[in-house]
Amino acid sequence: MADTILRTDHLSKSFGGLVAASNVSLDFERGQVHAVIGPNGAGKTTLINLLSGDLQPDDGSILFNGKHITHLPPDRISQLGIGRSYQKTNIFNEFSCYENCWVAAQSRLKTSMRFFRPASRLKTVRERAEKALELCGLSRRCDTRAAAMSYGEQRQLEIGMMLATEPELLLLDEPLAGMGSEESRRVIELLRRLAENHTLILIEHDMDAVFAIAEKLTVMVNGRVLETGTVEQIRNSRAVQDVYLGEEEADG
Amino acid sequence: MAVTTRSLTLPAALLILVLFPLFGSSFYVGLLTRILILAIFAMSLDLLIGYTGLVSFGHAAFFGIGGYALAIAFQDATTIHLWQALPLSLAAALAALVVGWISIRTSGIYFIMITLAFGQMFFYYFFESPRYGGDDGIFLFFKPVLMIGTESILNLENENTFYYFALGCLVTGYLLLAMILRAPFGKVITAIKANEHRVRALGYSINRYKLVSFVIAGTLAGLAGFLEGAHSGYVNPSYMSWHSSGIAIAIAIVVLGGMGTLYGPIVGAFIVVLLQDFLPSLTEHWQLLFGGIVISVALFLPRGATSLLPRILSRRQTTRPDSPPPEDGPREPADG
Ligand SMILES: Nc1ncnc2c1ncn2[C@@H]1O[C@H](COP(=O)(O)OP(=O)(O)OP(=O)(O)O)[C@@H](O)[C@H]1O
Ligand SMILES: [Mg+2]
Repeated sequence: MADTILRTDHLSKSFGGLVAASNVSLDFERGQVHAVIGPNGAGKTTLINLLSGDLQPDDGSILFNGKHITHLPPDRISQLGIGRSYQKTNIFNEFSCYENCWVAAQSRLKTSMRFFRPASRLKTVRERAEKALELCGLSRRCDTRAAAMSYGEQRQLEIGMMLATEPELLLLDEPLAGMGSEESRRVIELLRRLAENHTLILIEHDMDAVFAIAEKLTVMVNGRVLETGTVEQIRNSRAVQDVYLGEEEADG
Repeated sequence: MAVTTRSLTLPAALLILVLFPLFGSSFYVGLLTRILILAIFAMSLDLLIGYTGLVSFGHAAFFGIGGYALAIAFQDATTIHLWQALPLSLAAALAALVVGWISIRTSGIYFIMITLAFGQMFFYYFFESPRYGGDDGIFLFFKPVLMIGTESILNLENENTFYYFALGCLVTGYLLLAMILRAPFGKVITAIKANEHRVRALGYSINRYKLVSFVIAGTLAGLAGFLEGAHSGYVNPSYMSWHSSGIAIAIAIVVLGGMGTLYGPIVGAFIVVLLQDFLPSLTEHWQLLFGGIVISVALFLPRGATSLLPRILSRRQTTRPDSPPPEDGPREPADG
């Protein structure tokens, strides 16, 4: 029997009249890389936002490790071990790279309501922040202001911050978007390494990357799940080819 | 570079302040006391605006409450014992807890409006309460003393003693704030100012941090109000009004001095009080001039007047362009 880490049950969300997610019922298995693909506006980011608590669903429920997390706020969900990265880079622009990861790493203290000793003396936090920087490949950029880095590096930092919270389940919203091919290659390598002891839910438009690291695929269209299966099953699915892969090829 | 600038400038400034009563007349010692008190208030506002990103327009209420707590409790007393009176400024902490608990649920313009509304509520409450002197406020005929047995060891009746007491409060407040800003708590609130959405996504329940910051700032403002009431000998609703002596001036002080620095508001308090004393002798439309100065600083020195000092000093040393801002301590603005 498969070990389900996260399950959504008839999850729905609409914005005004627009249904962005409709009856999404999915099982994500522990330890797997599960990619969610679909054309622009399919509702992939909406799904991630629902899972991370950034958005509240209109209907349906979410179970993480068997516990209801529906309607929990984002901070509680993060504390339970679900980390996320954003499609639209969401970092502390005026902070150095290191400080960005520091804030993320410090969130794993029992509480940050500590007023007396300087934060910089906290060895565990420092180590966590440094490890995250190293993983995302930004150790050399420690003292650089985030806003002064290249777009690709900011995307790496986005991932680094998520890693510094040491999540069990990673929600990655287009981690490769806007990266150069060299950076992309490195991040794919990183994701592969993370996949060894984490569960990943990966949204990505880069099909080569998806086919390279994902074990399972879900295709979304217009807020609905069109099909879920192994990479092989999805590759060979008529329906998917019609609405999605065909379209990709038509674009070139 | 900036570290050495600050590590020399601050002790030097403190030394001048400590020695001042030896040279200054009692009039100027009194004026300086007023400035120090205002500096405590402005510094507390900087914790909110400059570090936490909470633009509170109701902060003067806590200043007023600190003053009123003292005045109401001791209006008929013939001796004001400091150890009884000082804890009264905690009334401001309580008020800040209630006001903050409600206000931090909103953000942006709504937060500004709700804190302004609370500030006005407190103002009108005291303005229209005959029990507390209404418009005229309450007069205090004695200043607090600290006594052991019958021996008075700290008598604020003495202008110089009051001055040193206010200076001690300012320095203590500064050191406490510098400490919490370096601590994990400070890292969280500065991050909240920068991008509260991401802080929340990283697992912090941001409202708690905002509330604690709001209460710390309110308490310090209460202490300033307490000192102002004790020093001037009267407390009236204008303490809380949002224009005359209240929040507008405090924000001007923070902006003039440089927000997000802690020492900026202290310098700002000096600039503003001296301008207020000096400008009226130039023209009767001095408020216009004052407003013009505040606007110019906001436009041309967005990091405040104190941002000039490192620049002037660094010009004399061999200039190292783009040296990274030092970590730790009250955040030195990154040079843009
Ligand atoms: N906050 C919002 N308010 C209103 N409409 C929204 C909001 N967020 C998303 N939408 C709409 O919901 C639909 C799904 O958006 P979503 O961002 O989830 O798509 P996506 O699959 O992530 O697309 P992309 O590949 O472009 O990132 C879109 O039509 C979008 O315009
Ligand atoms: Mg998206």
